[in-house]
Amino acid sequence: MTDAMTDTLLNADVGGPAQPLVIARDLIKHFPLKSKLPWQRGGEVRAVDGVSFEVRKGETLGVVGESGCGKSTTARLLMQLIEQNRGELIFDALGVGSAQLPMKRYRSQVQMVFQDSYSSLNPRLTIEESIAFTARVHGISASEATARARALLDRVGLEPTRFAGRYPHELSGGQRQRVNIARALVLRPRLVILDEAVSALDKSVEAQVLNLLLDLKAEFDLTYVFISHDLNVIRYLCDRVMVMYLGKVVEVGDTETLYANPSHPYTRALLASMPAMDPDHRTLVAPLAGDPPNPINPPSGCSFHPRCAMAEDVCSRRAPVLSDALAGHPVACLMANAGGGHSRQMPAAASPLAATI
Amino acid sequence: MVSVRDLRVTFSGGGKTIRAVNGVSLEVAPGEALALIGESGSGKSVTLRALMRLHPPRRTRMEGEIRIDGADVTALDSRGLARLRGGTVAMVFQEPLLALDPVYTVGQQIIECIRTHARVSAAEARQRALRALEAVRIPSPERRLAAYPHEMSGGMRQRAMIALALSANPKVLLADEPTTALDATVQIQVLILLRELQRELGLSIVFVTHDIGAAVEIAERVAVMYGGRIVEEGPIRTILRAARHPYTMALLQSRQHGMDRGQRLQTIAGSPPDLSALPPGCSFAPRCPQARAQCLEAVPQSVALGGGHRVSCVLATEPVAIAQAVA
Amino acid sequence: MEMTLTKPAALPVVQRSPGYWTTVGRRLLRNKLAMLAALILLALVLMAIFAPVLMPADPYAASILKRLKPVGTEHYLLGTDELGRDMLSRLMLGARLSLFMGITPVLIAFAVGSALGIVAGYAGGWTNTVIMRLVDILYAFPSVLLAIALSGTLGAGVGNALLSLTIVFVPQIVRVAESVTTQVRNREFVDAARASGASSLTIVRAHVLNNVLGPIFVYATSLISVSMILASGLSFLGLGVKPPEPEWGLMLNTLRTAIYTQPWVAALPGAMIFLTSISFNLLADGIRSAMEIKD
Repeated sequence: MTDAMTDTLLNADVGGPAQPLVIARDLIKHFPLKSKLPWQRGGEVRAVDGVSFEVRKGETLGVVGESGCGKSTTARLLMQLIEQNRGELIFDALGVGSAQLPMKRYRSQVQMVFQDSYSSLNPRLTIEESIAFTARVHGISASEATARARALLDRVGLEPTRFAGRYPHELSGGQRQRVNIARALVLRPRLVILDEAVSALDKSVEAQVLNLLLDLKAEFDLTYVFISHDLNVIRYLCDRVMVMYLGKVVEVGDTETLYANPSHPYTRALLASMPAMDPDHRTLVAPLAGDPPNPINPPSGCSFHPRCAMAEDVCSRRAPVLSDALAGHPVACLMANAGGGHSRQMPAAASPLAATI
Repeated sequence: MVSVRDLRVTFSGGGKTIRAVNGVSLEVAPGEALALIGESGSGKSVTLRALMRLHPPRRTRMEGEIRIDGADVTALDSRGLARLRGGTVAMVFQEPLLALDPVYTVGQQIIECIRTHARVSAAEARQRALRALEAVRIPSPERRLAAYPHEMSGGMRQRAMIALALSANPKVLLADEPTTALDATVQIQVLILLRELQRELGLSIVFVTHDIGAAVEIAERVAVMYGGRIVEEGPIRTILRAARHPYTMALLQSRQHGMDRGQRLQTIAGSPPDLSALPPGCSFAPRCPQARAQCLEAVPQSVALGGGHRVSCVLATEPVAIAQAVA
Repeated sequence: MEMTLTKPAALPVVQRSPGYWTTVGRRLLRNKLAMLAALILLALVLMAIFAPVLMPADPYAASILKRLKPVGTEHYLLGTDELGRDMLSRLMLGARLSLFMGITPVLIAFAVGSALGIVAGYAGGWTNTVIMRLVDILYAFPSVLLAIALSGTLGAGVGNALLSLTIVFVPQIVRVAESVTTQVRNREFVDAARASGASSLTIVRAHVLNNVLGPIFVYATSLISVSMILASGLSFLGLGVKPPEPEWGLMLNTLRTAIYTQPWVAALPGAMIFLTSISFNLLADGIRSAMEIKD
């Protein structure tokens, strides 16, 4: 049995095309804070506070949000680099970590590319060794792993004879990020999580890497979860977008629909905060005042209500649910929740698929 | 207000000579905002810091003329320089946590700056500091006076840094990517604040950024830098709609703004130049799709195209043959 | 894309960059001061190894008539000690024990301390707390005091002195090892290794060790001179080497009273200790600078 066959068997499709690749249900991750006295319970950072979403096969799902929204923590939970306090993760109809999908098998199907291209690579290993390590962990022989590493280096645009024997500090940021992408692909995963993978790169280098990601997605039949704060890149790259605020999902939807007609007040404000590209139409008033709040002590009720232009009394008392009332475009706002108690309803114009609320 | 002529900055160290800035000339009128756009290694931050002579004197060699408010910056002695910094020119940095002293409160730092440049009593200085914080629209300014930098959120820290910079009433504000590290909703607040302060106080601003959007919000004029030189400059509308330098055009085209999903982005082949081994001639020539033999021989002269638009490219004098990218 | 999985006959030749240690070595070779120190140490080590051959006289041959002869006496180039033994021969032979007692405790402490520190640093949590707090207890004692107390309890002799010195150095190395390991553990490439499914043991072996052993080693080399001086001190106090074995610290002790009559001779063992310590320190400094490769 050659390694290719073993790979394909390991990473074969189980649930069929309609089954989402990933289902995350009510993920909760709180980080405890050290309290001053040992017997007192300190506060906790509610980094991810009940997040549910799904990732469809073959799509690129974008995750946007500002500091403290929990998108990086969500990425780590997806990658199971940290374990959630509560909530379940289902990969292609199998429970992650269960008997049918033990953790090591899961890890061969899901890989991650980090933001800091330099610290993601061991400075004492050549880049070929770094890439081959991932393969060796899964039992692939040394020579086979090296051959794969070189083939992938070639595929990401780094000529093996020149680059394979180099060390991370000899490469530029863009080149290192290509190495990280190559490393993520060495096990032929099905899902690649990109956590601000292009944020630290210059714009021209970013464009090259984005093109590479597009090509690789088609060739390797990948699914991407793309986390970023750059709304332009998200709009360009992603099929659907998930907007997070203070540890919760506030809106999910098809990219074009979301950008054209954002439903949630926060999404509206976020999209309106993009700097203008037309000098004749500069932004006159900031859409949102103040800074993103601290996830240690989130506001009561709807966590966005202190900054929301449309907040009412009920918003500070009742937390909205991520409703799917707008058919395929879930929004977490009392205006969209049936019986939410808000005096206004989600404007019909906010969704072309105006559903009865 | 700010006049730079043929500035050259060279760093020596570790056996290598890095030519970070190679002949930069620019002018900023009083009350005008200029954006310096470029990628890493273009020399934009080095140029900015050279205006206040912030580089370590031992390793740095500066040539050329820098005049701010009539004074020749390169000829100032240490006392003159101390008066210039803060009093005439002030700087705002990218990361406030690094630029603000963590062991002093924000109020103490602002008061120190005020009293360095004006002989006022402590009480008067405190009043001025308070007004500085109010000017940058910080909520509860009295409380913030007594706050330490790490106790404030990112946006507030940046506002505090702007207040500190403006506390001694400078005429020129230098901003080195002040909004790059901020969240989107905070970034637009700070950009609008800077714009309003500029109008209210009549400041000249030199705003360094790699983000064209930020430049659009702040500046009326833009200068694009590559390889330590200004390759194109002009009014922002002109640059966005009628750029002539191949690098500017490529930069504008490689943005994702306005691109369809799945469509490949235009990229610039190759990588930024090695500043310790710059090629003779135009620094962009090795990567330029329209490079010719003469481009590699001599640095192109800056050509005026009218309306304040200048380009350093041999193609500038020829009719436009390539379709322009619309912003 | 189908990756060809037929094993290639021979992998094509690839440009290899010099490894980290090669680069460190090259930088070290350019450091003149460190190279001088290394040469001195090499000479001392060779002298210690070949002492029996090089010695001009019997280091144990005592003669009351010939006691405390000054430097430059015929047949006794560096004079004689208080029992009439040739100083030069005793200094040469003494190098053996002095160097041995300087290097060995540090070597053992490096092995033991690194293991404990890396485990504490990587595991974190309770393991870390237990190990570090135990180490803290030992660390609370000043080294000299601890060495003397341990030696006094165990009794005199080379073996016991080595043991007590090792115990003195282990906590210091554990601290450094734990600190460096914790830093490395928080770097993203360790996360990436975990994300690839590697076990903790594999990660420590493949990713942590090669980043951590270097800094710990440099710290350990700076302890060698301390160890030599402490060992000499223990011998000086009668807790280490027993007479008539030549050891520089012991020689300093027995020549104490001669400082009024033959100061040059009495100072010689001290000069040797000084020379060796400083050379170790300079070499360690040189290695540390060479390791700071700015990327």
